[in-house]
Amino acid sequence: MSRRLKTGGRLIDRDRPVEFTFDGKALRGYAGDTLASALLANGQRVMGRSFKYHRPRSVVAAGPEEPNALMEIGTGARFEPNQRATVQPLWEGLSARSQNAWPSLAFDVGRVNDLASRFLPAGFYYKTFMAPRPAWKHVFEPFIRKAAGLGSAPTEADADRYEFKYAFCDTLVVGGGIAGLTAALAAMRAGERVILVESRATLGGRAATDGAEIDGKAAEDWIKNAVEALEKSESVTLVARCEGSGVYDHGYVICTEDLTGFKADKSGPRERVWRIRAGRVIAATGAIERPLSFAGNDIPGVMLASAVRDYLLDYGVSPGERTVIVTNNDDAYRTAKALLEAGLRVPAILDVRPEVNSPIVRDIKDLGVKVHMGRGIARVHGNDAVTGVSVCLQAGDGAVMQEIRCDAVAMSGGWSPVVHLWSHCGGKLLWDAERAMFRPDPARPPTGADGEGFVKTAGAASGALTTAEVLADAAETVGGDAPSTAVVEEAPIRPVWVMPEGAGPKLRAKMWLDYQNDVKVSDVRLAAQEGFESVEHAKRYTTLGMATDQGKLSNINGLAVLADRLDRTIPEVGTTTFRPPYTPTTIGALAGEARGETFQPLRRTPMHDWAETHGAYWEPVGHWRRAYCFPRAGESHADAVSREVKNTREHLGMLDASTLGKLLVRGPDAGRFLDMLYTNMMSTLKPGRCRYGLMCDENGFLIDDGVVARIDEQTWLCHTTTGGADRIHGWMEDWLQCEWWDWKVHVVNLTEQFAQIAVVGPNARRVLEKLGGMDVSAEALPFMAWADGTLGGVDVRLYRISFSGELSYEIAVPASRGAALWSALMEAGADFDVMPYGTEALHIMRAEKGFIMIGDETDGTVVPQDLGLDWAISKKKDDYLGKRGQMRSEFHKPDRWKLVGLETLDGTALEDGAYAIGEGTNANGQTVVQGRVTSTYHSPTLDRGIAMGLVARGPERMGEVIRFTRIGQEPQEARIVSPVFFDPEGEKANV
Amino acid sequence: MRRFSAFAIAREALRHHEGWGRTWAKRPPKARYDVVIVGAGGHGLATAHYLGKNFGITNVAILEKGWLGGGNTGRNTTIIRSNYLQDPSAALYEKARSLYETMSQDLNYNVMFSPRGVIMLAQTHHEVRGYKRTAHANSLQGVQTEWIGPERVKELCPIMNIEGPRYPVLGGLWQARGGTARHDAVAWAYARACTDMGMDILQTCEVTGIRRDGGRVTGVETNLGEIGCDKLGIVVAGHSGVLAEMAGFRLPLESVALQALVSEPIKPCMDVVVMANTVHGYMSQSDKGEMVIGGGTDGYNNYTQRGSFHHIEETLRALVETFPMISRLKMLRQWGGIVDVTGDRSPILSKTPVEGVFINCGWGTGGFKAIPGSGWGMAELMAKGHSPLTEAFGLERFREGRFIDESVAAGVAH
Ligand SMILES: Cc1cc2nc3c(=O)[nH]c(=O)nc-3n(C[C@H](O)[C@H](O)[C@H](O)COP(=O)(O)OP(=O)(O)OC[C@H]3O[C@@H](n4cnc5c(N)ncnc54)[C@H](O)[C@@H]3O)c2cc1C
Repeated sequence: MSRRLKTGGRLIDRDRPVEFTFDGKALRGYAGDTLASALLANGQRVMGRSFKYHRPRSVVAAGPEEPNALMEIGTGARFEPNQRATVQPLWEGLSARSQNAWPSLAFDVGRVNDLASRFLPAGFYYKTFMAPRPAWKHVFEPFIRKAAGLGSAPTEADADRYEFKYAFCDTLVVGGGIAGLTAALAAMRAGERVILVESRATLGGRAATDGAEIDGKAAEDWIKNAVEALEKSESVTLVARCEGSGVYDHGYVICTEDLTGFKADKSGPRERVWRIRAGRVIAATGAIERPLSFAGNDIPGVMLASAVRDYLLDYGVSPGERTVIVTNNDDAYRTAKALLEAGLRVPAILDVRPEVNSPIVRDIKDLGVKVHMGRGIARVHGNDAVTGVSVCLQAGDGAVMQEIRCDAVAMSGGWSPVVHLWSHCGGKLLWDAERAMFRPDPARPPTGADGEGFVKTAGAASGALTTAEVLADAAETVGGDAPSTAVVEEAPIRPVWVMPEGAGPKLRAKMWLDYQNDVKVSDVRLAAQEGFESVEHAKRYTTLGMATDQGKLSNINGLAVLADRLDRTIPEVGTTTFRPPYTPTTIGALAGEARGETFQPLRRTPMHDWAETHGAYWEPVGHWRRAYCFPRAGESHADAVSREVKNTREHLGMLDASTLGKLLVRGPDAGRFLDMLYTNMMSTLKPGRCRYGLMCDENGFLIDDGVVARIDEQTWLCHTTTGGADRIHGWMEDWLQCEWWDWKVHVVNLTEQFAQIAVVGPNARRVLEKLGGMDVSAEALPFMAWADGTLGGVDVRLYRISFSGELSYEIAVPASRGAALWSALMEAGADFDVMPYGTEALHIMRAEKGFIMIGDETDGTVVPQDLGLDWAISKKKDDYLGKRGQMRSEFHKPDRWKLVGLETLDGTALEDGAYAIGEGTNANGQTVVQGRVTSTYHSPTLDRGIAMGLVARGPERMGEVIRFTRIGQEPQEARIVSPVFFDPEGEKANV
Repeated sequence: MRRFSAFAIAREALRHHEGWGRTWAKRPPKARYDVVIVGAGGHGLATAHYLGKNFGITNVAILEKGWLGGGNTGRNTTIIRSNYLQDPSAALYEKARSLYETMSQDLNYNVMFSPRGVIMLAQTHHEVRGYKRTAHANSLQGVQTEWIGPERVKELCPIMNIEGPRYPVLGGLWQARGGTARHDAVAWAYARACTDMGMDILQTCEVTGIRRDGGRVTGVETNLGEIGCDKLGIVVAGHSGVLAEMAGFRLPLESVALQALVSEPIKPCMDVVVMANTVHGYMSQSDKGEMVIGGGTDGYNNYTQRGSFHHIEETLRALVETFPMISRLKMLRQWGGIVDVTGDRSPILSKTPVEGVFINCGWGTGGFKAIPGSGWGMAELMAKGHSPLTEAFGLERFREGRFIDESVAAGVAH
């Protein structure tokens, strides 16, 4: 039984009890407890079930590497699955549930998998479940999916929010143990800007627990002084509860800080993601103890020796009354010492090393503990809890020499430096055989743009083991003096990868490597046997290291087993790749604050509010919302659109055209530049005039269109499509910055600086005249001209252009005057039957006139010649973007699809995206096609379906009837006609 | 080849599974092969497999510089669909998809093809029109897809927030027989079948040079020595440009990092694959329970198999918006692969300026789904000199302007 001791516990506050629940049971712990320590204190050892075999599991670790004790925390909109109990601080009212067990943690039906485990070795699923074929989807897969997965899925949106913080520093120290503190102090003294992050609530790391002396003081006091010195410095930022998650190229580091996860008060952001650009990164991330592989090493009560020590000293919790220690190094003797000092029993220490005589071993022996050299564990007894161990010779095959009764086992297989942050950007490792560990190879760090390493490690993360080594390494990394400490003599580790050495298949099938995923020594050996020799293959075949702890405990042990089976050395086998994040990181935190309304900035035109209050039905267009139509009470969208079109054609319509791109291009070379960008000539345009232009990419495909106005000798204003504004601005900059950097041109995106209102219809001139202030007559302002002036007292730039075929003006005013002018026009227009219209009416009116729309008639595969726009392509220019591309043979094939109008025989509208069916099938058995619909509408003006489309040799086939697809129905017949359906002579605009 | 089945497992269990043999053989290289394939990714292995199976060409070696399947084949998010827009693509991807249907049985290896259905969301009117167009095209191409409304989307994927607020879901293109498969298993299954036909798979064998004589290929140089061949297939994805340079020609390709990530595993909550192009992200749930997530490519060319954090942020932001319940899940792992992207986002399956050298590349962000179909067509091209499946994907299309542009139908092409 685990329990709380009467005294002790550095991190808990016995004066502050905390109530919490586990699986509905009310329990009590103390402030400072983790969920794991509090559960142990309450005698709750079984904390979870494994992934594959559903075996009962308790904690093995006390830190973030914990693979077993995963729980569901909270409920509803604050529910979180898979939280490691070892890093979850206790708070008043915390509710935790066990997961992956049904019906209960104590009795889990899934355990049948364990009984059948013999038939479910690594990769068994690749070899079966294949017949009958449909059974995979309908029977096997659902079964596997249900059995797998750990915690339940949240069902609600997150109640919390998150925030980013951007920071810069010379040195970022990750890890606030004595190595990190030493490094930070040295960097601070060198005058650097320093940020130090530490994932736990307190700084100091393991040193205080392990009880060293530094600079003549107890470690705890030295740490206190160091922290004070750092806190006092203005150039140092200390952040606790903040983990270094990932290192990215160019010294970019992501750290995640917990803001409310440790307390009952959940107000404010839940986590803060620090996005730090660091001159250099010092990873002082410590080391993680390795388990040993013996049969039954997963039975609740078997724990890492360092974890046993942590629970004792940090939380005053004893994992058991009688703890057998099994080790291959000196460190576990510290655990023995701690157990004895707490008054607990250590029936035996099993040390695989044949002979050891270091001071700490002597000390423990002197205390009367039986230390058995050259021995190991043949198997652990017990089912849901350890009841004893069988002892054997490490050098043998597991013949039992002795049984020892115990309720806990503390194991130590040596230490692995935490090299993740070193490795994320390509830092390389070397195998240190003497210490039996992969440690950073200082000669091969991750390098920055200057070819220099930008990550270093300090302390245990470098592979240093003793306090003296750790301090010396940390000081050397940063270039300062090491604090003084006594050099303690330790006996070397003896690597042991399987216990006992000669264990047969039966024992090997009970030795866990990856606890969570249930990967055993036998599985890794099977992978090697089946040819999965690369460490990556073995990992993927067995799932070793793929669990939520990402192999923090299992990787080295696993690859050692693989190396042994392949008769290779450990460095020959190598490690798998270390990827961010160091521990699993909240998705919402990485997504940041942008949620719901703020997900993407909503761009609003100056008339947006007016439209909103007048019932606009919106459609998203890029980051804008544009009014699709303005339905009136009782009207469908189609009704509204129809009314808007008719009213505009008969009387007067107004459109908010502010979203159209407005790029000002200016400079001595601006004309030359625009001649390259547009297919037609812009340099010859006269000030005061407008011209419609086309832009193509290098391949010749049409990418944007719009009206260009020449403002003065050196200035042009280019209108782009709404969606094209930013893209075309970038496109212009691309050419100016990368190719024609010596041309004297600059481009300014004025899209948001101007509001633009289209006033359209037979009454358009009259309403402007009513506002008064400038001459808007046909003589003063002919079609495709513009003029500056005033209207109703507002300074305006007035363009006489038309996208509807009607008499039409577009009025540009500074954005701040947009709403006022709009209202003035609406008011003045009342006498002329004005109505606002939306994008759909705009689209229909342009289609009635046969005007193309970028994105409808074009899709990145269409050249202007396909659209009958040859007239807008200058024959006089030597070059323009796309000219060479358009010369390619494909675009001159006689059966090229070209723009036509389409009229259904029955008057209904063709379906959006319909294809014209051709003759027969092609070599791949597909029906041959001969064209497609690009735009299709019901025309309110003509009261029939009209469409535009691209048809093979279309313009030569006027009058021909072809068939178009209809989903779920017989094809529809349509006649090829001119794409100009309405007012082909252009009389309406020409008034 | 030892047949796999539940009975075989039961029999082996009695002897602690010590009787299973190697999945693929390990042999030293021969001096010469009829065909050498460079790159033991899915496409290379499938090409070799169908050379043997469909054309009886089995004196074949597949050379892999690392471990087989360790390129993009082992890094992708395993989405399989064939709802492409252009005829040549639809033919190729549908051939592949239909081969996936029976792959486990054909190769006697469970690749866990899971036709759970793929939805491509429409969140703008423009997308609605685009996907309707694809549905029309597919109806003539023999590809079964369907335009579905927002209610049906919600029914198929209850964890989705279809109400916006920024981009309400307007509907989607649904391919009921699209889905996922286990990527590693696809490579392993083909490797096992290739070995079975007597082909050699040479891992940690890097091609460093291509030998030619009078404009014809004669063999390759590798770290294991020279290996002669009559025909050479280059199937190396992100490194295609490097190999082409060895053979003395250039390719219209860019290599960029594409990233993916997974959450910690949770109990089943999403039975379909969802791709959301407007906000740019996609997600499915693996059989282990992880949410498998991907987004777009990094904006700059490079060869490091990692990527920028900014893309992770963007992708997650988009997906939290689409699936609000994932916010409190945790990202377990992120990684990147180098994808080879062509100007028209379609692959290259082609002869090359060097006689006897064939290239299969340019799959970019979406070639996992194509593996069997690509192998099928490529094998035919290499064996016979032409194939209706690969016809349109020749290199000359860039010179002629005969692009196969899929970007209309797929903003994200996975
Ligand atoms: C993150 C990500 C997500 C993706 N998601 C999807 C998806 O959901 N659906 C989908 O269909 N596709 C997806 N893809 C794309 C898909 O992974 C690839 O298109 C496909 O796997 C390519 O297969 P391949 O065999 O051509 O290349 P690879 O699998 O990359 O194989 C090429 C092989 O060539 C080897 N090689 C290179 N140079 C040499 C040399 N000199 N000598 C010898 N060998 C060499 C490499 O080591 C490698 O093993 C994704 C890709 C990535 C990176």
